[in-house]
Amino acid sequence: MTATAPAPPVAQGDAPKPALLELRAIDVFYGRIQALRSVSLDVADGEIVALIGSNGAGKTTTLHTISGLIHPSRGEIYLRGQRINTLGAERIARLGVGHSPEGRRLFQRMTVRENLEMGAYARRDREGMRDDYERVYTLFPRLRERHSQLAGSLSGGEQQMVAIGRALMSAPSVLLLDEPSLGLAPVLVDVIFEVIREINAKGTTILLIEQNARLALKNANRAYVLETGSISLSGPAEELLNSPAVQRAYLGV
Amino acid sequence: MNNETEPAAEPAPRAVGAQVATPYRLVSEEGLAPRAPTGGGAAARRVLPAFRAAYGFTSQYFPAILLVAIALTILGVYHSGGLTLMGQQVRNALVLGAIYALIAIGYTMVYGIIELINFAHGDVFALSGFYAIVIAEALGLDKLATSGLGGLLVALIVLFTLSMIAAGLTGMLIERVAYRRLRDAPRVAPLITAIGVSFLIEGFLLVFFGPDNVATNKANWITGNAFSAGGVAVGFKDIFVVGIALVLMFALGAFVRGTKLGKAMRSTAQDRAAALLCGININRTIALTFFIGSALAAAGAIVYSINYGDVQWNLGFRLGIIAFTAAVLGGIGNIVGAGIGGFLIGIIYVFGGSLAGGEWAESLIFAVLVLILTFRPVGLFGIDVGTRA
Repeated sequence: MTATAPAPPVAQGDAPKPALLELRAIDVFYGRIQALRSVSLDVADGEIVALIGSNGAGKTTTLHTISGLIHPSRGEIYLRGQRINTLGAERIARLGVGHSPEGRRLFQRMTVRENLEMGAYARRDREGMRDDYERVYTLFPRLRERHSQLAGSLSGGEQQMVAIGRALMSAPSVLLLDEPSLGLAPVLVDVIFEVIREINAKGTTILLIEQNARLALKNANRAYVLETGSISLSGPAEELLNSPAVQRAYLGV
Repeated sequence: MNNETEPAAEPAPRAVGAQVATPYRLVSEEGLAPRAPTGGGAAARRVLPAFRAAYGFTSQYFPAILLVAIALTILGVYHSGGLTLMGQQVRNALVLGAIYALIAIGYTMVYGIIELINFAHGDVFALSGFYAIVIAEALGLDKLATSGLGGLLVALIVLFTLSMIAAGLTGMLIERVAYRRLRDAPRVAPLITAIGVSFLIEGFLLVFFGPDNVATNKANWITGNAFSAGGVAVGFKDIFVVGIALVLMFALGAFVRGTKLGKAMRSTAQDRAAALLCGININRTIALTFFIGSALAAAGAIVYSINYGDVQWNLGFRLGIIAFTAAVLGGIGNIVGAGIGGFLIGIIYVFGGSLAGGEWAESLIFAVLVLILTFRPVGLFGIDVGTRA
């Protein structure tokens, strides 16, 4: 029972599931500074995968690269086998990558409802959209109450709900969540993670960044550990949770 | 189990993460206000608190102070010329203000979405005036417009539609050719490019239409007095100019507030990266913004032509800067503010000029510009600073 190093992650179980999202040897530079070094990871249909690591390890950069806000200088990214790393962010969003970004990035001077509408911007299926508004409001009853309030006037937790809801409104096949627990009261963190598991249970694949490694590992199926731009460990979340190296470095045991 | 799992440290790439967080950083809204003074001797320590208090007071109550000043000016005009003069000047101010408002909206929309003071916008206004001349001549609209009410309506609809489309496409072309590649460049680069585009259009107009006033042949399109009250004659022309401006502004407001594309424009203005993540095509959204802004400038140019009869190659420079002041007054980036700012500037121009002498009108406008930038850079209605950065 060992967590494998950069090695290609193997899905557990008998038949390996097809990768929904796959990063192959991604290098990202900011100017001359290399932020990601040969990062490879994959996310299978229906999984919750966590990406953990300390501040500045490259977690957010990885998500930005997947959704096309940054383009890798080497390596490839595939979504359902289609190469997406040369596409623009807006095309990638339309292909089914939902991204709740770092710092939430809500449209502050628009209402909650309008923020959700923007999440569904690329969609045409009115029926499905109506169901999804309902779904988001059911997941986060608070948002139904506040649907006509300006997003900027909400509390941090409510804003996080809008950010997740907005990403969900695109009916993504994979949902990228950047630090959903950041700055939230412990009670709210529990609520948010409950919802994340619920979203996943309804069939949305999730790739999750967390600084709170314990929280992430408890909720994920698998995890990758990112360290100064490269993946140092990966494996089933439970194994990483019990691995001495992870415990020492990230869990403060 | 793999060995190295060094926890912390390694500061180098760490700074990088911060860069990603705010790829489209805006300049601080209070950028032009004086910084808190540092250093200084004993004298400075005695003087500065008083100065600072005065500054704080003025900037806090700037809208009220400005409104009081405007009210006093209007009273001054009443005092010097009686009710009739005041009424006439109100009419003139509204007509002029409507034109400024139509131009100011283009400035404010473009600034709102890409943080660029589009100095070429005033020249797009002037260019549109010439488009209108060419279109009216080619289609014989001038004859049609003076042939009767039906003909006038047809001529107006055709002229507005074609000129606004032509100007809109010109605006889109300017954005595509001159600004798009500089979108993530330091802000001074597109600013200088905008000045270049401005010169280009003025040069083009100078070469093709000459340095003299060019008659638009539209001054006689709409004639007659609608009503006259207390010696103030209000022409159909005046009502038309103000009415068109109000209708277009409300239509724009409804579009931006209520339609999907309008919401896409607002969201792109508020957070471009987040808009991308929502699958919004920001290139198309920004192009649309230029189209609408330029089309409104064209509407302004047509009502200008109908009202004043002549256009000049350098008209856009003068009116552009005045309209820009209106946009700043209303809070640049704020569409409603630009509309109101346009009318306020019209009032200041007409009443200030009436009281101090017409040759002072423009100096007054620019004095107001300096005062706004000093005391209230976010404008009368601003946009709440906290949510912009």
